[in-house]
Amino acid sequence: MTDTSSQPIPQKVKRGLFQQLELDMRLLGMIGAFLILCIGFNIVTDGRFLTARNLFNLSIQTVSVAIMACGMVFIIVTRHIDLSVGALLATTSAVMAMTQTELLPHMLGLGLDNPATWAITLVVGLAVGTLIGAFHGWMVGYLTIPAFIVTLGGFLVWRNVAWYLTSGQTIGPLDSNFLMFGGTNGTLGTTASWMIGLFATAIAIWALWSARRAKAAHGFPVKPAWAEATLACVIACAILGYVYILNSYAIPTRKLQRMFEAKGETMPEGLVVGYGLPISVLILIIVAVTLTIVARKTRFGRYIFATGGNPDAAELSGINTRLLTVKIFALMGFLCALSAVVASARLANHSNDIGTLDELRVIAAAVIGGTALSGGIGTIYGAILGALIMQALQSGMAMVGVDAPFQNIVVGSVLVLAVYIDIVYRKRLGAK
Amino acid sequence: MMQSNNAQDAAMPSGRGSGQPPLVEMRDISISFGGIKAVDHVSVDLYPGEVVGLLGHNGAGKSTLIKVLSGAYQMDHGEIRINGTPVEITNPRDARANNIETIYQTLALADNLDATSNLFLGRELITPFGLVNDAAMEAECRKIMAQLNPNFQKFNDPVSALSGGQRQSVAIARAVYFNARILIMDEPTAALGPHETQMVADLIQQLKAQGIGIFLIDHDVHAVMELCDRASVMKNGQLVGTVDIADVTDDDLLSMIILGKTPDQVKEKDT
Ligand SMILES: Nc1ncnc2c1ncn2[C@@H]1O[C@H](COP(=O)(O)OP(=O)(O)O)[C@@H](O)[C@H]1O
Ligand SMILES: [Mg+2]
Repeated sequence: MTDTSSQPIPQKVKRGLFQQLELDMRLLGMIGAFLILCIGFNIVTDGRFLTARNLFNLSIQTVSVAIMACGMVFIIVTRHIDLSVGALLATTSAVMAMTQTELLPHMLGLGLDNPATWAITLVVGLAVGTLIGAFHGWMVGYLTIPAFIVTLGGFLVWRNVAWYLTSGQTIGPLDSNFLMFGGTNGTLGTTASWMIGLFATAIAIWALWSARRAKAAHGFPVKPAWAEATLACVIACAILGYVYILNSYAIPTRKLQRMFEAKGETMPEGLVVGYGLPISVLILIIVAVTLTIVARKTRFGRYIFATGGNPDAAELSGINTRLLTVKIFALMGFLCALSAVVASARLANHSNDIGTLDELRVIAAAVIGGTALSGGIGTIYGAILGALIMQALQSGMAMVGVDAPFQNIVVGSVLVLAVYIDIVYRKRLGAK
Repeated sequence: MMQSNNAQDAAMPSGRGSGQPPLVEMRDISISFGGIKAVDHVSVDLYPGEVVGLLGHNGAGKSTLIKVLSGAYQMDHGEIRINGTPVEITNPRDARANNIETIYQTLALADNLDATSNLFLGRELITPFGLVNDAAMEAECRKIMAQLNPNFQKFNDPVSALSGGQRQSVAIARAVYFNARILIMDEPTAALGPHETQMVADLIQQLKAQGIGIFLIDHDVHAVMELCDRASVMKNGQLVGTVDIADVTDDDLLSMIILGKTPDQVKEKDT
């Protein structure tokens, strides 16, 4: 046995701009596809697609599916599936609608717009979602019933529990504070949005820098400084550019007038106020960043990917894969409830068909975003981009005036095509 | 090429014959899978600083027996003692808690993760904020790989991109990094070339000198003759016998494996 305690790490000779930037080609491909889609629709609609208004709407329409897609990544990475997310969204939405319109006013005497109402509703909804998810996970992990079956059953059960709870009726209007989570009715305004944008940029650059420092401290190879700086610039431009777009979508004058009237003030003549960052989008960003950190930097995340890569190896390494399954499904349930908050607040009421077909959109978003159904591979940002691409397709086609059946035909075909391209791409790379 | 085993035994104060209880005793172990008796009332033991070879045809039950010790399978019947104390090993965490480390025949690597993540799987180094400390783990991984396989460079690729030998060295690194007292090696050289096989042989000598007890499953009778102090032979789930390597020839071992009988002149004397 040789006793070399350390050895020089050969710096690979790297050619090519992209290699030096060490960018994920898959991510670039998806961003490229999204941009082509946007520009294409923009041309066809004579510039109506790439407006601040449409991008704002696209954002708030994507949030609900994107939040659930984040959880679905973990589910699929561990070789499971969840067919019940749309139904679970409906049940948690129904529970929250009942809580704020029936339970709290009648039992605790809290009026519909009491400041405590939204908070209690949120806690109740998230708890119910988490519990149901954990129950699914327990059946999958400990009773070893396949997730496909558990959640297929769950799909029927929870869709109809929602129906039963509400007798199939639309419940509304919802608490006005609760509606803030829906999108248009809850935005942060321009100043706060800029501050959040700057804060996020600072955090992103700090994260890049500290990762580089940690590598350098151990003498590992790092990217050239210019590559790191370019990446930082691109990230800063993307964040601040997005905030700029959201800020430049002005609140319609009539709506602004009503807002001033509600406060008992009169609106100054000619005032223009931008919407800024919707709270729902902020929630999605927080979910995405948190889960990305969970996936890459926590034991929980590492065990999720290890279990997906080789369940036996994970078990033999002392990982409690059953409990892990419970946690993953509980997280999925939590995210379904969070999506239910956003979705019902956006619609301003709970309707019986809320979340219908969402399970398919969520799975499609995760898969288009590069999550492999064979397990072990997937990213949060990919799933969000997948959700965004699907929503852009849908909205764009609606804007162009494509008939509803054709919209779904196209979305379905794109799903299959995206997975095929991915297979070809992975084969070329020589990966499995 | 290798020193004589008797000389090694003499140098081991804590080894067999010193009156201490064995490091591991597996007594009367049985386990069956749906009617197939994979392991049928088998008893083996292991002393500190000793290498015990497990021999037998494919399907003899060697892997199943050691998986009982490593917590992968739960036995139907039998008892495990460590340093004379009965222990419950119901899952791999229990085995790790008893400083039992295993190199599985299948290697048990998560193919989608890199060497470092596999090395520390289930035992990650954590920063003060509770996040996994990738940089520190990679540094440790580079250190141990430099000792085990100096040519290893693919630290940032998933292990699916590694050759069979490289994967095997990752699995070996994982078993020896965490200060094992009891090491189980299930065909550790199956995917290795002659040079790497020799390195594993050297490693076994080194670990033995540190007082670690090793169960070595190997198809190669010559390797067992060179590396082991004793050998237990299994056939059809049953123990054929346990012999001192010093008392037997290659042919004796082969006939035990093939015929399932211990030659009379080499029956182990009771200690
Ligand atoms: N998980 C299992 N399920 C069913 N049968 C098994 C399992 N593991 C091992 N066996 C059976 O037990 C017997 C012993 O196998 P094994 O211990 O792998 O043999 P060896 O390692 O000596 O080649 C074989 O007949 C094998 O088919
Ligand atoms: Mg075997």
